Amino acid sequence: MRGSLRKENRHIFSHIVLLLWTFVVLFPIWVLVINSFKTRLTIYENPFWIPKTWEFSNYTTVLRDGDFFTYFKNSFFVVSISLVLVTLLASLAGYALARYKSRIGTIIYYFFIAGMMIPIKIASIKLLEIMRALGLLNTIYALPPIYVAMGLPVGVFILTTFIRELPEDLYEAAIIDGASSGKIYSMIILPLIRPALATTAIYNLIPFWNDLWFPLIFINNERHKTLLLGVTRLFGQYQTDWSKVLAVLTLSAIPVLVLYLAMSSQFIKGVTAGSVKG
Amino acid sequence: MRIKHSRHFPWLLYLAPALLVYTVFMAFPLIDSLRLSLFSGNNQVTRVFVGLDNFKRLFTDPEISTRYWGAFFNTWKFFFVHFIVQNGLGIFFAVLLTQETMKGRQIYQTIIFIPTTFAVLITGYLWKLMLNPVWAGDFLVSIGLPFLKHPYLGDTNTALWAVSLVSCWQWLGIPTMMFVAALRNINVELLEAARLEGAGSVKTFWYIKLPLIKPIVGIVAVLTFVNNFNAFDIVFAMENVNGAPEYSTDLIGTLFYRYGIAGQHPIGIPDAGLGAAIATITFLLLMVLVIPTLRQTQRGA
Repeated sequence: MRGSLRKENRHIFSHIVLLLWTFVVLFPIWVLVINSFKTRLTIYENPFWIPKTWEFSNYTTVLRDGDFFTYFKNSFFVVSISLVLVTLLASLAGYALARYKSRIGTIIYYFFIAGMMIPIKIASIKLLEIMRALGLLNTIYALPPIYVAMGLPVGVFILTTFIRELPEDLYEAAIIDGASSGKIYSMIILPLIRPALATTAIYNLIPFWNDLWFPLIFINNERHKTLLLGVTRLFGQYQTDWSKVLAVLTLSAIPVLVLYLAMSSQFIKGVTAGSVKG
Repeated sequence: MRIKHSRHFPWLLYLAPALLVYTVFMAFPLIDSLRLSLFSGNNQVTRVFVGLDNFKRLFTDPEISTRYWGAFFNTWKFFFVHFIVQNGLGIFFAVLLTQETMKGRQIYQTIIFIPTTFAVLITGYLWKLMLNPVWAGDFLVSIGLPFLKHPYLGDTNTALWAVSLVSCWQWLGIPTMMFVAALRNINVELLEAARLEGAGSVKTFWYIKLPLIKPIVGIVAVLTFVNNFNAFDIVFAMENVNGAPEYSTDLIGTLFYRYGIAGQHPIGIPDAGLGAAIATITFLLLMVLVIPTLRQTQRGA
């Protein structure tokens, strides 16, 4: 028994497989980073190994090109406002749906949930028309409404489920004390649902930050481009200079990557939250 | 107590903001896009009802129908590669990562998920360089791997495979983590009982683990389907919106963009009706395939 257990513990096969995949994942990232410190020509010399002389000029050029900061600022603004709104609206709706149990409530709940399975891209033709009518075309303000709508199904799902599981006594005491529903929401519910709010935000962070489609079809104005849309422009501009392209890509990947590495378990929990109960 | 609370509870007030945004910017545009597939013209002024004419053009116009069926079958291929490679590897890695006694599981998990945090555009551009034979080709030949020097993205036989596999590389993290979460929920005593009965790891997986995580397998299948049937970014980054070379990587997503949003080269005037027709078919296809899959797999979940 002991012998067999020890044998099992080593898991040599599993380690070999997973190390192989680790290599498959990390190798392109290694290539990305080291080559961003080469020059237009030295990039062809020793493609998979560190540069002979480390060249920082790619980064300084990209960063000195003022547009990069504009793009970054735009993305940051769009994503933060969308995340705040989606968590706020989803928590209000979740509170209502969890507390008010009725036939119509159930129907509305499923109306929201249906959105989890439908890609909003299909609605692009009409969305384009709506944004044009609202005068939001070519501005970053066209994006938050769509991202909020896109994030609500999962948000409502996560928050309704979470609030439903809060103990009933919580409300009873507050109602006896004469607390209004608004007070119950802000003083009791909100502090308790913080983990679910975080999950909702994390779940939506990657699709919002990494969305290319809607900026691409809505925005053609340099000053309103998001980071990724800006990257497509810089890609065209530096096309003959891959080392600069790689510097742009590295800079664009860093924000989410750093955030992810700092809190990977929350990230993974957030991403699986849409499908796994509890 | 609850009854009293409910009566004075202005629940509609709490629901209204979310309901409004969701209806105006998702539900309504979606349904109205379906309606627009029966019209021609690009704005309210020039719009005329044309019945099923857009669909007729999509399927009978020699140029358009060739493109549509090309993109349609490419999208299915793209989906199947994900279904087999991405989800297959995902479930395999998840089984390995849920071995209680294995060390370093957390680190492997963190690494597997890294590409998923990248934007598809970044992944696409990066792999475009990686697969460029002019860049590393000579080096690969010099270290004895000449078969790796091939213009994978320029060859109509390999381009779609290359693009699909890069996309799998990117998204593998999501099914893996979903399967890990599902496998963790399996009762340990059940697995212990199977082990005592003498079931090997393959048998345990096939007869115990897989049936128990069927609901998640269903969700992952649906998500793979939904996400790949409107994929766009990866082809945009690695090839272009025309699905180069020679439309061999053209997907429904890129076709929709060209016809409905950007306008076909060289005229450049978008055809909203045709775009809406493409969207409508995709929507119906999703309904027809997603609902039965969920029915099948979510029973009792």
